Amino acid sequence: MLSHIAILMENQPGALSRVVGLFSQRGYNIDSLSVAPTQDPTLSRLTMTTSENSEIINQILRQLFKLVDVVMVQNLTEAEAYSIELAIIKLIASQNKVEEIISSANNLEGKILNEQDGHTMFEIWGDSADIDTLLASLKDEEFLEVTRSGLLGMTKGNVALNTNDQTEISYD
Amino acid sequence: MTSGGEALIRALSDEKIDIIFGYPGGAALHIYDAIYQQDKVQHILVRHEQAAVHAADGFARATGKTGVALVTSGPGATNAITGIATAYMDSIPLVVISGQVASHLIGTDAFQETDMIGISRPIVKHSFLVQSAEEIPAIVKKAFHIASSGRPGPVVIDVPKDMTDPKVEFEYKFPKDLYLRSYPILGEADQTEVSEAVKMLKTAKKPVIYSGGGVIQSDASQELVNLSKMIGAPVTNTLMGLGAFPATDNQFVGMLGMHGTYEANMVMSEADLIFNVGARFDDRITNNPKKFGLEAKKIHIDSDPSSIDKIINVDVALQGDAKLVLSQLCKEFENSELANTNLKPWWDQINEWKEKHGLNHDMLNLENQKDIILPQQVIQSLYKVTKGEAFITSDVGQHQMFAAQYYKFDEPRKWINSGGLGTMGFGLPSAMGVKFAFPDADVACVTGEGSIQMCIQELSTCSQYGLPVKIINLNNRALGMVKQWQDMQYGGRYSSISYEDSLPDFVKLAESFGHVGLKVEKFSELNAAMEEAFSLKDKLVFLDVLIDPDEHVYPMLEAGGSMSEMRISKKDKTF
Repeated sequence: MLSHIAILMENQPGALSRVVGLFSQRGYNIDSLSVAPTQDPTLSRLTMTTSENSEIINQILRQLFKLVDVVMVQNLTEAEAYSIELAIIKLIASQNKVEEIISSANNLEGKILNEQDGHTMFEIWGDSADIDTLLASLKDEEFLEVTRSGLLGMTKGNVALNTNDQTEISYD
Repeated sequence: MTSGGEALIRALSDEKIDIIFGYPGGAALHIYDAIYQQDKVQHILVRHEQAAVHAADGFARATGKTGVALVTSGPGATNAITGIATAYMDSIPLVVISGQVASHLIGTDAFQETDMIGISRPIVKHSFLVQSAEEIPAIVKKAFHIASSGRPGPVVIDVPKDMTDPKVEFEYKFPKDLYLRSYPILGEADQTEVSEAVKMLKTAKKPVIYSGGGVIQSDASQELVNLSKMIGAPVTNTLMGLGAFPATDNQFVGMLGMHGTYEANMVMSEADLIFNVGARFDDRITNNPKKFGLEAKKIHIDSDPSSIDKIINVDVALQGDAKLVLSQLCKEFENSELANTNLKPWWDQINEWKEKHGLNHDMLNLENQKDIILPQQVIQSLYKVTKGEAFITSDVGQHQMFAAQYYKFDEPRKWINSGGLGTMGFGLPSAMGVKFAFPDADVACVTGEGSIQMCIQELSTCSQYGLPVKIINLNNRALGMVKQWQDMQYGGRYSSISYEDSLPDFVKLAESFGHVGLKVEKFSELNAAMEEAFSLKDKLVFLDVLIDPDEHVYPMLEAGGSMSEMRISKKDKTF
């Protein structure tokens, strides 16, 4: 089963490579990864998914937290969390045909973005597994391209992955 | 006003650093010019960057302070990598400063450019790329803070050449204090866990205290001794932990693991409680983790939460600094109303094991002594002549194991070896670092004719700075540990372990650098030569001892087995 991990880290050059490098160095797999700055420009937030077992997940959480650039780590799988993934898909098909696909896709929402020369591009969002199912159902001869955001996630209620702390350097 | 180069050296001085080890080159020239123009920080010129890092490492291990190495970009940086990895594996506090090509050239494959931050990433605790000269003092402060606190480790500061340009000046400000929000440091452990641990320690019938390098890192030897005396349990040290508990104490059962004593490994095997203090259940200790301590409850003290449950799952995890946690345990132990368990039956069993297959520490008085010298005898002679008080550095191989088994370390920071990475070539440069820190102490490098040749160029550095270390070369004319494995597991097919007739004359080699060389071929000459070596106080002495080429290191854990599955000699085994 896929586990979701959220990471808050310093928005420093090289910080992302430390996180990604940790996974290859210790032999853990990453299934998806998304990263962007937060409202605080000194912090980046990262969500990753991995299919490792729970013992390895515990190690991953500890190893991540040990990285000097990582401020906080959260296991979203164990928390009550909301998660979503977005995909943009391009098919060799008419707009009408794609509208049909969107409306019949289980548990997913979506909309058409563009149609050009018989190629229709649409976005679709929801659970990653449902996106997998949709992709598997598309016909080979129609399918042209897909890009996925990777999973985004957040805990419900008053638990939050943020920090009021600031790194402080004081001089005499 | 200062330049970046001056600020860098001044910040080192503000961190109370008065000695650094390094090698100059193009990208580091501004820094070297700044070194030339001050006298607070002494620079030691080595002969290879690997040795600069090992020397800083030896300095750090012996003193507990952070060691500093300075290298140039490109090959200077890559040569430093083995040294950094060595320090990383053994959690040694180092700051390694590497020159880098100028900022605008980064990424252009410029002359002597290498991505040091990228190359060193998996083997550093943290690293910094300097992006503006003004931030150099703050980066130095952060680097020392990170290197020396928590679970220590090496930190790299990569300095592009334009950051140290003497023409760019700014006001120097060194931080008084800093707080890093992303870097918490553990202190005391959770009190509930402490109480639980004490309950287990008091009620165990067959407890063992297994302590490692973390005790030395946190200067917790005294606390370890105090608690051990209260519990009365046997104590075993890892290769990295030797000296953390006095080897001549009655409770000490010797080193454990791959080449640990029979009694230490049996104690681990039969224990009903394994109390790990600052060790990490390394594979050289546990042997097959699936067969490790199946009957035992486990308590683990570690300052690095990622070490807990990494290899072996434990019943009680005490996350914190060993010194503080051991003090908590001592206090709780005293206050506890539980009675101590009688450990006499356990000790009777241990003494029986010791009797049966314990190491012979009296091999200088063997009956039927032939003229051939056994490696164990060399270590025993060294122990006798130095009264057990010398700093001993070592390289990697059979000689390292013999030194660990037979030199009885009573104090921490006296045994200096590359335990985790197993770096041949570590011994001589680390001995230099120790000698700079303790000029009046006896410092011996126990090595082999294979290892010593990996950093032998440092004989020249020793000559330049007048470093009278003693090199004890256990010369068996082959790569002994590899040969031992080939004997045991490859049907004696000796693949690439012999130098044929190409070994240098070590006596002449030492003499060519202005040192003293002594060659010992007969047992009857061993003690006298050892005494002579240490009587020449102001001289580096290269003692080349021709030892029995066929000796193996025993005991030895059987690969894939439990800790009780050992080979005791070429003929005897326990399984």
